[in-house]
Amino acid sequence: MHELGITQNIVSIVVEHANGKKVQRVVLEIGKLSAIMPDAIEFCFDICSQGTVLEKAKLEIIEIPGLAVCRQCGTEIPLEKPFGKCNCGSLQLDLIAGEELKIKEIEVEELCV
Amino acid sequence: MCVTCGCSDDNGKITYPQKSEAVAVESHRHEHYHTHTLPDGTAIAHSHNHEKVDDASLHAKIHNTTISLEQEILAKNDLIAAQNRGWFKGRNILALNLMSSPGSGKTTLLTRTINDLKNKLPISVIEGDQETINDAKKIEATGCKVVQINTGTGCHLDALMVEKGLQKLNPNLDSVVAIENVGNLVCPALFDLGEQAKVVILSITEGEDKPIKYPHIFRASNIMIITKIDLLPYLQFDVEKCIEYARKVNSDIQIFIVSAITGEGLDDWYRWLEMQVKN
Repeated sequence: MHELGITQNIVSIVVEHANGKKVQRVVLEIGKLSAIMPDAIEFCFDICSQGTVLEKAKLEIIEIPGLAVCRQCGTEIPLEKPFGKCNCGSLQLDLIAGEELKIKEIEVEELCV
Repeated sequence: MCVTCGCSDDNGKITYPQKSEAVAVESHRHEHYHTHTLPDGTAIAHSHNHEKVDDASLHAKIHNTTISLEQEILAKNDLIAAQNRGWFKGRNILALNLMSSPGSGKTTLLTRTINDLKNKLPISVIEGDQETINDAKKIEATGCKVVQINTGTGCHLDALMVEKGLQKLNPNLDSVVAIENVGNLVCPALFDLGEQAKVVILSITEGEDKPIKYPHIFRASNIMIITKIDLLPYLQFDVEKCIEYARKVNSDIQIFIVSAITGEGLDDWYRWLEMQVKN
């Protein structure tokens, strides 16, 4: 449900940085533990970008896998869910990756003929 | 033919008249120089060689500029949330972001808390709902300051709504501002409002596995309040199991178990509130 608002944010940030130039490509980094569904972002992107410099831009989403570090023994543990258990038995895990929600880069058109 | 300069695609030949031998020359080795004017007025000159340029559209593509943004999508919200946090801190106000599914008893717990602490701790409320001012009216009946924010189709409060709400609310110094978020266990977890603590409320009519069903919100929260504990004899709710699930998701979560009807367990909750404001 919140993906629509998030996508509106994405579009307005990109419009701001594009300076009126046509945007060809938008690259996002979305963590797998961020509670954001890439499919929903893609669905909303087509609607939100209509009538802006982002219209028909290619959306690329890089999904970042979840990674936590155990507070007890320091082991790094890959996570599918935003919680888990270390082999040492500890539940105290600090997430170090997988919660990203970022616009990594954009590609704008600069014609030179 | 090259569309940029019109030269032939075929490799040229140079014949040495003395020896009558032809030597192949890659005519496309030459480069095209041209200039661009950047938005800030600086002119840059550069060249293309022919190795990759086949037509005009490809040429245009080469000139696409990739801008590295590394911009947090929620940066604007987080900035306003940080301002709110400073605003609260400067006034020694404890701001709580109360989150739960609809019908967990947030408003009932809140009205009871306000009434019980009336002479000790002033509490004011920002009510978030999609529609109606019903909850604000219930809170208003206690005599405390309240503003209602209707989000319409929005499924959560954001920092800007809270900032605007605060201007109208004008809460007292050394008090508590309870921000009752829209009933929803998904979206509110993502949006920082500038609160000091996120409080997730779970009623025992909902089932003990909510913490692992909606791990994001339980992980993001500092406090979990289990409500409607007076209904325990009528329901199959395993309190121990619920606590175990909550700690599995968030080992640091602080837990209160209360009934806003009988008053059971509320003293611990009140003590915690008072301690936070004193600190």
